[in-house]
Amino acid sequence: MAAQAKRVPLPAILLANDLLDGDVVFAFADGAGPLAWTRDPALALVATDDAAADRLEAFAAAELRGNRVVDAYLVDVAIESGSPVPRHFRERFKTLGPSNRPDLGKQAGDGIASAPKG
Amino acid sequence: MYRYDEFDERFVRERVAQFTDQVARRLDGSLTEDEFKPLRLKNGVYLQLHAYMLRIAVPYGTLNSRQLRQLALIGERYDRGYGHFTTRQNLQFNWPKLRDVPEILGLLADVEMHCIQTSGNCIRNVTADHFAGVAQDEIEDPRPTAELIRQWSSAHPEFGYLPRKFKIAVTGAEADRAVIKAHDIGLRLRRHPDTHETCYEISVGGGLGRTPMIGKVVRDYLPKKDLLAYLEAIMRVYNLEGRRDNKYKARVKILVHEIGAEEFTRRVEAEFAQLDGPSINADPEEVARIAAYFAPPAYETLPAVSNTLEAAKAANPAFARWVEVNTVPHKAPGYTALTISLKPQGQAPGDATSEQMRRVADLAERYSFDELRVTHAQNLVLPHVRQRDLFAIWQQLGEAGLATANVGLVTDIIACPGLDYCALATARSIPVAQAIQSRFADEARQREIGPLGIKISGCINACGHHHVGHIGILGLEKRGIESYQITLGGDATENAAIGEILGPGLAAEEVPDAIERIVGVYLAARAEGESFIDTIRRIGLAPFKAAFQETARAAA
Amino acid sequence: MPLLDRTGSAEDRWTRSEGAAIGNIPAALVPWEVLVEALDAQEAEQVIGVILPNSVPFLALAPFLPRLALVAITFPAYADGRGFSLARQIRRAGFAGEIRASGPLIADQFAYALSCGFDTIELPEANAARQPVPQWLHARDSFSATYQRGYGETDRNILDQRRAARTARPLAAE
Repeated sequence: MAAQAKRVPLPAILLANDLLDGDVVFAFADGAGPLAWTRDPALALVATDDAAADRLEAFAAAELRGNRVVDAYLVDVAIESGSPVPRHFRERFKTLGPSNRPDLGKQAGDGIASAPKG
Repeated sequence: MYRYDEFDERFVRERVAQFTDQVARRLDGSLTEDEFKPLRLKNGVYLQLHAYMLRIAVPYGTLNSRQLRQLALIGERYDRGYGHFTTRQNLQFNWPKLRDVPEILGLLADVEMHCIQTSGNCIRNVTADHFAGVAQDEIEDPRPTAELIRQWSSAHPEFGYLPRKFKIAVTGAEADRAVIKAHDIGLRLRRHPDTHETCYEISVGGGLGRTPMIGKVVRDYLPKKDLLAYLEAIMRVYNLEGRRDNKYKARVKILVHEIGAEEFTRRVEAEFAQLDGPSINADPEEVARIAAYFAPPAYETLPAVSNTLEAAKAANPAFARWVEVNTVPHKAPGYTALTISLKPQGQAPGDATSEQMRRVADLAERYSFDELRVTHAQNLVLPHVRQRDLFAIWQQLGEAGLATANVGLVTDIIACPGLDYCALATARSIPVAQAIQSRFADEARQREIGPLGIKISGCINACGHHHVGHIGILGLEKRGIESYQITLGGDATENAAIGEILGPGLAAEEVPDAIERIVGVYLAARAEGESFIDTIRRIGLAPFKAAFQETARAAA
Repeated sequence: MPLLDRTGSAEDRWTRSEGAAIGNIPAALVPWEVLVEALDAQEAEQVIGVILPNSVPFLALAPFLPRLALVAITFPAYADGRGFSLARQIRRAGFAGEIRASGPLIADQFAYALSCGFDTIELPEANAARQPVPQWLHARDSFSATYQRGYGETDRNILDQRRAARTARPLAAE
């Protein structure tokens, strides 16, 4: 087993890619219910303490084992206008899409809950 | 161009079935992600930042119109209506779903295409001179060799799990347009001075990436018939002795460097001496069978100079400039090889929409014996165009936004996808390319500057070939922001050279200024008719470094 | 550990020795490091095989081949392909005994291993449990013919088949 990597600073969110589609997905909790995946970064569950981060990591491990996602890891975020925004530019692109194509990806509404359809 | 026979057809269909089965075994848990990843990579499926990516092989950059139309269709049906042509003459789609890949592979097989070994630690898609069969300086067409190697390297039972990726390029001309010296193996067809037979000069151990190296010649004249046995000997030495303890030291260039080219050559020759050539090599009839597919098309007998073309040029200066910049002389009188630039202002270098692909396919079918090429510089080529048809082609390209007259000039920038797409990238490439293009937008100024190759990579893996750019730009991360290191004096041709770093990294917005200053030094110092790279060779890097330091200081 | 041959599950007649102590084990599989010692202790009716790390050069192994009935080449990871080349070199030297690949291989390597001269695959339990035998047999036949001459049977080689077709139709039209 690889040594446990040092955890990112909190607050943090959990992101991954859907195994079948490749889309970037984020762990979220619908109220008090179990964790699930959303394609909308604004809905990501923000872990502010170790217990919450442990829960996200346990979910990641189970979902990787269950062959539902790949490349799952925690990302440290800042809260801007009430939504989590990754601190690192690389992860920020994952929540948006290619910077040269504002018409593509989440920045264009792909998988975003509040975005108008079509 | 080459056409599949029943065996090729069956092989590719069986490869589709195999990958389909591999995906199913991944989903049912038979294969772990660690086991599946190398398998999907060997079929060109990467996981990028936003989605999967599918890299489709365009063997030695050769396509016909039916194939390009199929790519256009796949782009529309399974992707976002565009694709990206790469520095390995391949095509990448940036948004496919893993669940759709088996279906896409089926559509590719329908037009004799595949994704075999476009990634992974195996022998990759073989590249070649994009003007193969056309160039006036050609000794022999490299495509039959490239096709023979394509077949031989496909699903090779012994060399499918190498220490690292392995790239082979072939040229048959005096000028090297295939960057053979930056490949794990570079092959150059040349004539033996005594026997006048065509032979291969074989270089090994070139490569870019973290430790850029220029390939070393291990054989000056290998008889053509011995090719596969000799390649087998090189691959066996590398497979057994290449380093596996550190992926950054695993390319064959490191082995050649560590034991020396002479010792490496000795080991290859010792292994080669053990081999029974006739049981390994393709027999002459097989070589001839492949070569026959690359016979020249039925050219018309035409005057060397077309009056129609000359009249159109005289009447239309913009057209004349485009012809000047984007065409090269052709073996056949009255014909020309036309490069279609995929570097218009404001686009990602190498991107083409499905609509543009269809337009180019139509033009290839109508005007270029149904043949197309993809260049490692991420442009397309219509290789056999009658000079008198150029005006009509230019007009139709213009309607599709494809008539940019900048081939080989400062805005014809090679750029990898960078951090806008790629999970390995440390910084973005595309916006930097676009900023430089917009700074040098004036076409008259571009022509005044003359041939100048800028190459941008978004990480040390160097897909954008920055080390061999006249000006190279490498995107890195420095203290949480994107930072760009500039190199100067690289050369991708037969005078291959690795560029030298000019100074400290720059922020993205400072890069166009830095390029401007470098170009300024050149313009002030150049002799009559002297190109950018020749001026650097003559005056050295010092004046450029001094100018660069000013940019760095101004920015600090 | 589970063992496979070309036709499916196979029985393992070999017993791993404790170091060089081969005692009266009828078919003793010994580590490379103690091979010389084990051969010294070999009884007339005993056969000996060696567990060969894939970093051992063929030339170091060659002198022992005439006295070995099995060479088990280790695969520390399935993506470490040195064993394929070693097996080729061992077969080229005329070795007629068994060559075994030992390690976490995957079904997709079965055909490659057979083509390079392996007879058997020895898998860790967990890997064998995830990838049952039918998957290996299916993967073995993924390609009905391949391009490389000199690997496996000639009737499954495309270049040889093309040659045979040319001989049958010497005057095929252009």
